[in-house]
Amino acid sequence: MSTLQIVFVLLRRELMLAMRRRGDVLTVLFFFVIVASLFPLGVGPDPKLLRLMGGGVVWVAALLAAMLSLGRMFASDYADGTLEQLVLTPTPPVVWITGKILAHWLVSGVPLILVAPVLGVQFGLSNEALGVLVLSLLLGTPVLSLIGAIGAALTLGLRGGGVLVSLLVLPLYIPVLIFGAGAVDGAMSGLGSEAHLSLLGSILILSFMLTPWAVSAALRISIE
Amino acid sequence: MMSSINWYKYSSPATFYGLAGKMIPWFYGAAALFCVAGLYIGLFLAPTDFQQSDAYRIIFIHVPASWMSMLIYVVMAFWAALGLAFNTRLSFMMASALAPTGAMLTFVSLWTGALWGKPTWGAWWVWDARLTSELILFFLYLGFMALQAAIDDPRRADRAGALIALVGVVNVPIIYFSVRWWNTLHQGASVSMTKAPSMATIMLVGMLVMALAAWMYAIAAALSRARSIILEREKNSQWVAQMVEAEA
Repeated sequence: MSTLQIVFVLLRRELMLAMRRRGDVLTVLFFFVIVASLFPLGVGPDPKLLRLMGGGVVWVAALLAAMLSLGRMFASDYADGTLEQLVLTPTPPVVWITGKILAHWLVSGVPLILVAPVLGVQFGLSNEALGVLVLSLLLGTPVLSLIGAIGAALTLGLRGGGVLVSLLVLPLYIPVLIFGAGAVDGAMSGLGSEAHLSLLGSILILSFMLTPWAVSAALRISIE
Repeated sequence: MMSSINWYKYSSPATFYGLAGKMIPWFYGAAALFCVAGLYIGLFLAPTDFQQSDAYRIIFIHVPASWMSMLIYVVMAFWAALGLAFNTRLSFMMASALAPTGAMLTFVSLWTGALWGKPTWGAWWVWDARLTSELILFFLYLGFMALQAAIDDPRRADRAGALIALVGVVNVPIIYFSVRWWNTLHQGASVSMTKAPSMATIMLVGMLVMALAAWMYAIAAALSRARSIILEREKNSQWVAQMVEAEA
């Protein structure tokens, strides 16, 4: 099978598994919505304040939701031995790891992007800012899945893995948060968001090239 | 002749244990000496600053701690990379031995920064780029230590920690610059620490001497922690048994 075919087969399998366990996907999505809804309750309903915070709040909620879903990336495959079988196949680990990360993004990143405009409207973002929010999430959430995969692979099978992942991964998410929320902010204030979006894009390309290798090394450490 | 020293000899925990034991008192001694000299220069010889009065004197603790906190992370990543590349156990041990000292100095830097900020800026904490990135560095240290603490198998703990240290060191410049841009874009910088303050030579000397003290202390602390780690890991080996017997 060619490399693309392998990625495709893996994607199909992951998506099918996700469809069978729809609850997991929905839990993360509702978590995202609930976290974003908590902020107005916490800081008060002042529309001016909420408009200022909107982009940042949606982005922080996306970060937390993406982190929450990391546990699923390798854990069940590790538990039932699939991961070991994958390691034993002649396919280079980087290939199927990329496929798994892509699947993770499709299952837990894309739903967030689809719901985000609704949350943005609740915070009173302008139409232009809503577009930028979606665009920034489109560029940023794959990075969350990519970097998160390193944390997920390193904490495989550890007790307290979930909390540990947050400690490892959240500091590394900071640049994505800054540029993602900054892009929305730029659109709202009229300063423009191109610079932030370009930086997000470059982070995406960089992490797409480097992280599968780091994940492969991490999995080797965790499995042996 | 440098080449006549067999460096590989000291990569064995048993020989390193003895060597480190001989070196530690010297480094602690040097740390104490530099510390006394630096504090004397800082507290008695350096003049009072005309703007910040005596509050600025915390610089003699604050700046060395910040420098060392950053340097130690890089050194830690260096040992981690060496360990992953050459599979030397001692390198991993050095990396884990450095982390608590680095985290402690990061904390000292944040704490003294807050103490310094209150009288000079009127706030314990501002979301200045440097403060924020130092805080994130603290989180990176914590993540490294938490990961190692969560793994029972020492071999896996070593390698997993090394990998996260390397990932961290690649990310540190990206984080630093993103935080800097975030700061300049969000709010007009209310406090700028980036302008190099023109400093009297005697203050600079005091700071450098204190930095040397921090450096020596960090080496001594890391070496003694590495010795403990070696003993813990090698407790079932013959040379430890013989050493304990000889000491008894």
